[in-house]
Amino acid sequence: MTIDTSRRTFLKGSLAAGGALIIGLRPDGQLAAATADGHLNAFVRILPDGTVEVIAKHFEMGQGTTTGLATLVAEELDADWGRVSTVFAPADAARYKNLAFGAQGTGGSTAIANSYLQYRKAGAAARKLIVEAAAKSWGVAETSISIDNSIVRSGEKSAHFGELIGGIDAQSELGEPTLKEPSQFKLIGKDGLSRKDTPQKINGSAKFALDVAVPGMVHAVLIRSPRFGGKLVSFSVEKAKSVPGYIDAKPLPTNGGLVVFGRNTWAALQAREAITTEWDFSSAENRSSKQLIDYHRSLLDQPKVQAVKGGDLAGTDAVLKGADQVVEAELIFPPLAHAPMEPLNCVIEPTEKGVRFHDGCQFPSIVQGVVGHILKIDPSNVEVKTVFAGGSFGRRATPVADYHSEAAMAFALLGGKTPVKLVWTREDDIRGGFYRPMVAHRARVGLKGGKIVGWDHRLVAKALLLNTPMVSEEVKKSGVDPATAEGINDTHYAIPGMSVGMVYPETPMPVLWWRSVGHTHTAFAMETVIDMVAEASKMDPVELRLQLLAGGDKDQQRLAGVLKLAAEKAQWGKAADGRFQGIAVHKSFNTYVAEVAEISLKDGAVKVEKVTCAVDCGVCVNPDVVRAQMEGGIGYGLGAIMRNEITFTDGVVDQSNFPDYEPIRINDMPQVDVHIVASAEPPSGVGEPGVPPIGPALANAIHKATGKRVFELPMTRSGVKFV
Amino acid sequence: MAIKFNLNGNDVTVEAASGTPLLWVLREELGLTGTKFGCGVASCGACTVHLNGEPVRSCSTLIEDVANTSVTTIEGVKGAAAKAVQTAWQKLDVVQCGYCQSGQIMSAINLLATNPKPTDADIDEAMGGNVCRCATYVRIRAAIHHAAEIMEG
Repeated sequence: MTIDTSRRTFLKGSLAAGGALIIGLRPDGQLAAATADGHLNAFVRILPDGTVEVIAKHFEMGQGTTTGLATLVAEELDADWGRVSTVFAPADAARYKNLAFGAQGTGGSTAIANSYLQYRKAGAAARKLIVEAAAKSWGVAETSISIDNSIVRSGEKSAHFGELIGGIDAQSELGEPTLKEPSQFKLIGKDGLSRKDTPQKINGSAKFALDVAVPGMVHAVLIRSPRFGGKLVSFSVEKAKSVPGYIDAKPLPTNGGLVVFGRNTWAALQAREAITTEWDFSSAENRSSKQLIDYHRSLLDQPKVQAVKGGDLAGTDAVLKGADQVVEAELIFPPLAHAPMEPLNCVIEPTEKGVRFHDGCQFPSIVQGVVGHILKIDPSNVEVKTVFAGGSFGRRATPVADYHSEAAMAFALLGGKTPVKLVWTREDDIRGGFYRPMVAHRARVGLKGGKIVGWDHRLVAKALLLNTPMVSEEVKKSGVDPATAEGINDTHYAIPGMSVGMVYPETPMPVLWWRSVGHTHTAFAMETVIDMVAEASKMDPVELRLQLLAGGDKDQQRLAGVLKLAAEKAQWGKAADGRFQGIAVHKSFNTYVAEVAEISLKDGAVKVEKVTCAVDCGVCVNPDVVRAQMEGGIGYGLGAIMRNEITFTDGVVDQSNFPDYEPIRINDMPQVDVHIVASAEPPSGVGEPGVPPIGPALANAIHKATGKRVFELPMTRSGVKFV
Repeated sequence: MAIKFNLNGNDVTVEAASGTPLLWVLREELGLTGTKFGCGVASCGACTVHLNGEPVRSCSTLIEDVANTSVTTIEGVKGAAAKAVQTAWQKLDVVQCGYCQSGQIMSAINLLATNPKPTDADIDEAMGGNVCRCATYVRIRAAIHHAAEIMEG
């Protein structure tokens, strides 16, 4: 989805609904707030030893944002990178809102994009206060002062930041801080800056929510309905009573589950095994995968919503009737679990005025609003202590604060005085819904003289944003779910006569954004069909794409730029004997990525040998973090597209854990070469955009090698075997 | 039941119900949270520790089977291989979310302690049981090769 419409608006809406208070401060409104404990402003604190502590308003799920935010401050402050540390901000949207959302939260690959000027200004404002303090203390002119590697100098005098904070004037008039010119950058865009979170993550000391223990804490797991939408009717705890450490079991007030309490996690898990439950499945999803697939396919016949401005299905249909040739494809995508490495969990404990969460918290503002509503307390009295998150891939970006709600209800069920750690097991995670939805696509592309003359595209998927209370009136009125249509209805290819018809299937299965959201399937559909068009019009796939991107607007230029770079670096068209290449290019979250997948075949089985990636993300703050996100995004997308799927038998999820939801492993991972386009455009995100092109690039390489197209995913469903 | 074993060089005695996995005893009774819960079925390697010097999945190792053994967790690793692995992990900034990395490092240390110059195939074999959902695999592979170079001197 694009940050301009979807996540931003839904967060705004959710805050209105949840009651969290957001004050519309100017982005630099928190830059003059020096306090006695070394805070120079909301984002920068100087410790007595001179360490610069950067307050991160975004959480860290591995995407490198803490390193990025620290880089922005350190750059303007001329700080010594080795003496910069980071802490997570408290839940306080007034100071720490995502400027793209209007609420505090991380997602949509917006962290660096929205913070780029804000954190640089915070660093520059802190620098100004330090320079003023030094000038006053030494009786010298401010212009005589320089800062290099955290050391402040004027003539013979020098001091580190910590020695000067006592003289900071909190009332200083800051005005608009002067920022460096890009030519003056010493850190932004430079290699060699080590990640801020590496040392703690290689010796076991990094704290994740699952590592948090507070005095008197009990442990809770849930028994949830085995079918989505089932209601708990009855349960028996008789056998659990003999489990050592079992405390109690209580149904959620929603009847959506039974909370099982134990003295420790193992006790709660053992007790859960011993409890029997009965459910009412009358409103539940009781269908099997085949029925669901047939249902989705059937809806392709009657599109309900036109997702292209000025799109006209009847007109497109007429054009297709007059075409020389029609390229057709129908694709089906399975539901996918996110499966972050750290299973979902959080700790809730009582405070004087409310509660405190310990959580790898992606949307603090949402948690405040939702939990405040559940516990009937003011959202501002829901504190959030953010700790490292063991991955998310979208799962922790829950607009309904699902696992926090469970924890809050469990906490209330025990009387609201006992701290509770709520834990999902891997089985809970794989079977717990909030999936990338099942999706069906159908494309019919008319060609005349080898040129595209019309494109009838249809898309069926449960909406991610529409029909939630978080949607804006504007989006609601349009009827187009931007988080589903993105990547198709806003394509930058010059395609005449395009119609995109959408239908939203009915199912109680909860769905959620999954790393790169709609682009997870739209890029696959678009780039597969484009490859088919190239084949039908007897053109090279790169040449065809460049022709469709020749219009000269900036999006097209940047897409063409990464396409050409990836093709050049991968030696497109010159694959060695026994190697086969496929290519795809896609824009998502304002970042442009092209990938070339190179494969070999061994006894008919595919080995993904190498992926060459070109990325244009505007100004690149941390090149090595960008490379890491491309490597990881490619791996994450690859594993899913190869073999991951959630399937159902009579509504019950067939998979349960990694043995049957087999994640990508080291032996599956290709060599990855990443090339970053030098750019002066504003920085855009990199957490998600590496994912979309890998699936279609691989599918196109498989077609090159075998002549077979992949229309049913995962690829193993289409009969593709992997080494 | 009371179980006595050596943990990171110190003798410890813990009370735990028979059948309790070592993982939960380490994390919730002994407060060593560097060893992670990822799957509970020995399929992801996030809970890898060394038992008498061999890598095991602590989620599937019962506490009674640990009696009178020597257990090393990420908090207690030492020696040339451990140092080389952690140095290489730092140099290459392998981590992303970091949740699996204790387990990755425990497996990598064992690999290098037994095979100082592993090939890519050796790495696949030794590390195939360790899942990284961030897919940091290209760096894990490179870091193991780099650690081998460090150990070679």
